[in-house]
Amino acid sequence: MSQAHIVGPMAPAWGGGVSPFRIGWNKLMMWIFIIGDALLFAGFLAGYGFLRLASGSWPDRSQVFELSFIALMTFTLITSSATMATAVGASQRGERKLVLVFLGLTILGGLAFLAMQAYEWSGLIRAGASLASNPWGVPLFGATFFMITGFHGTHVLVGVLILAITAARFQTGRGRPEGVELAGLYWHFVDLVWVFIFTLFYLV
Amino acid sequence: MAEKLETAHAGFLRRYVFSTDHKVIGIQYLLVSMGMAVVGGLLAVLIRLQLAWPGEKWPWLGKLFPDGMAGGVMKPEFYLSLVTMHGTLMIFFVVSLALLGGFGNFLIPLQVGARDMAFPFLNMLSFWTLVPGCLIMLGSFLVEGGAAAAGWTAYPPLSAVRSAIPGSQWGQTLWIVAMALFIVSFTMGGLNYVTTILDLRTRGMSLMRMPVTLWTLFFASALGLVAFPPLTAAAVMLLLDRHFGTSFFLPSGLFFGNQVLPNEGGTPLLWQHLFWFLGHPEVYVLILPALGIVLEILPVFARKPVFGYRLTVYSLVAIAFLSMIVWGHHMYVSGMSPYLGEFFAIGTMAITIPSAVIGTNMIATLWGGSLRFTTPMLFALAALVFFGTGGFGGIFLGNAASDIYLHDSYFVVGHFHFMIGGVTLMAAFAGCYYWFPKMFGRMMSERLGKLHFWLTFPTFYAIFLLMHYMGLAGMPRRYYAFDRFEFLEALQAPQVWITLIAFVLSAAQLLFLINFLGSLLRGAVAGPNPWGATTLEWAAPSPPPHGNWGDQLPEVHRWPYDYSVPGAPTDFTPQTAGPAEVPITF
Repeated sequence: MSQAHIVGPMAPAWGGGVSPFRIGWNKLMMWIFIIGDALLFAGFLAGYGFLRLASGSWPDRSQVFELSFIALMTFTLITSSATMATAVGASQRGERKLVLVFLGLTILGGLAFLAMQAYEWSGLIRAGASLASNPWGVPLFGATFFMITGFHGTHVLVGVLILAITAARFQTGRGRPEGVELAGLYWHFVDLVWVFIFTLFYLV
Repeated sequence: MAEKLETAHAGFLRRYVFSTDHKVIGIQYLLVSMGMAVVGGLLAVLIRLQLAWPGEKWPWLGKLFPDGMAGGVMKPEFYLSLVTMHGTLMIFFVVSLALLGGFGNFLIPLQVGARDMAFPFLNMLSFWTLVPGCLIMLGSFLVEGGAAAAGWTAYPPLSAVRSAIPGSQWGQTLWIVAMALFIVSFTMGGLNYVTTILDLRTRGMSLMRMPVTLWTLFFASALGLVAFPPLTAAAVMLLLDRHFGTSFFLPSGLFFGNQVLPNEGGTPLLWQHLFWFLGHPEVYVLILPALGIVLEILPVFARKPVFGYRLTVYSLVAIAFLSMIVWGHHMYVSGMSPYLGEFFAIGTMAITIPSAVIGTNMIATLWGGSLRFTTPMLFALAALVFFGTGGFGGIFLGNAASDIYLHDSYFVVGHFHFMIGGVTLMAAFAGCYYWFPKMFGRMMSERLGKLHFWLTFPTFYAIFLLMHYMGLAGMPRRYYAFDRFEFLEALQAPQVWITLIAFVLSAAQLLFLINFLGSLLRGAVAGPNPWGATTLEWAAPSPPPHGNWGDQLPEVHRWPYDYSVPGAPTDFTPQTAGPAEVPITF
């Protein structure tokens, strides 16, 4: 991959091997990064499970959360994954306009999710929940909840920024299909993490 | 990212400071690790002073450390900071930096036959993220309360409660911040190492034709990339516990400074699990590249192919996998279920098998070779010795039954200094003496090198072998002074001995620094291949120019260990030699 970009008299005879996985280094790098990031969330979620199992009591989730609202949040995020996939497909077919439209929709989805999360958080905080306290029972609930959803929210925010940069590059004609694909990988990963958080905090 | 190789003609800053050239970055890493090693070593000397002559007055040291050694006598909290920082610096900021940052950066593109790393800018960013990390870690000695003092493992509640000890004030917070920068830097570096090894190999460099060093660097980077994130998660929780009133690691009823803490619900065990999930793979992150360097150097100076190449690679796979599931053997005394302990003990015993295979392969590489005892060879052999004897100690610590007696004793201190002290340090020295001609185009002095070796290896071995016996006699680690325990009185004489030997060991390292700097300026000029070695980096000029190779990338035709091939014109056949010159065997 990178060898192809070297200019001038040092251009190599052959572009180097991409075996054993037949993918370019930048996609490989993104995959390995995603594995690492997944293990970061695994660390958090394992810690959460450890503490929750060790705790004698845990707040009743139906008392704390508005589940239908969370379902809407989840739906929004999953939908943004679908628009992202469409953008990736469009970029590979070279349809620049379509790429921009669907990147825009994905960004909107991400922003809507963040707005809803902010709304949910402010409701909980008004009720007296924080990192160190929790009106419904053990304070560790507040600590794990805000830490993990906060970390995920930060990831969504970073994803939105990456998508915005990708879109801007496409707008000015510097974007490459691969860039959209890499951004898409990250975005799907962030959505997948939400599925785990949704299950472990809101459903069980 | 299209990286143009434009820095060759750039100014001083772009060439030597903010360089994207993997060789410059590698040397930068190596130099930083040497600087940190000097600091870490001096901390160890201070620790030894206290242990040999507890409570002794050192007025001049009192002037140097007006807080920690007020009036010249070492305070207990300063001693704990020393132990903590010695461990942290040596593990993360010396050995990791030298082996992965230094040799990893320098060797990977050269040995795979690439012009640079996959993403050179990220590589530079990795180094310049690390530098503030180093400065913050060192600077933590200067804040109120001094540097972190909860041990390199940073166990809560000591590390999570700010009022617990002086070092738990700002020192511990800075420790976390510096570690965070280290982890970010390591992640950027590791992503580059793994992708470069997989994707930038030149024509003919199949996976099974890679030098063992590359294999070990690959597994070490991959292990680090999966082991560090959970530690990051734990560090975030620790930071929240310290500054935002959470109690992830703090159970109810903790009593510090005459008051009960308000925390409830957490457990310090969670930290131990998350920490050791990193911590155990981390020791393999350190030791695998060291083994790789030894396996690279032994065949060169035995003029004989490395023994059991494939088996070594498969053993590395096994070690990498098993190392992820044995972290519990650091926690046998934490009250874990004996059945769980059994699982971890069996896993740990299983690791001894591939480790022994690698050790045996090293010895078999020497068998029947025509040995040349150059300085790099001597240090490589020393690393092999530490790997063998240190490994025996590991068997006792890996078994729950014997570990419950030995846990937190000097036996542990002796063991891990044999392994991640002895093996890695000897291998790092071996690597320095071996690749110095490639890095700088000059040879290091053999005379000084041998003197350095004979003053380093026996002293290092003596110090930590003695510690094994002290541990067996029941001496616990991390204590400030041992003169208050009747049953340890007999061990005061070896304490003094160890300290005296440690003085010799530390002074001997000056020889290395003198040799390094002296050879840089006036060492004998080295050709491209002074040792008669076969791997790809020796096909490039010494030092290799920017972009490493001329117009054409090298092409590889054989495995890297064709030494003494019958009928070949020389007793080494470079990987680039075609089938027309020498028949291909592997």
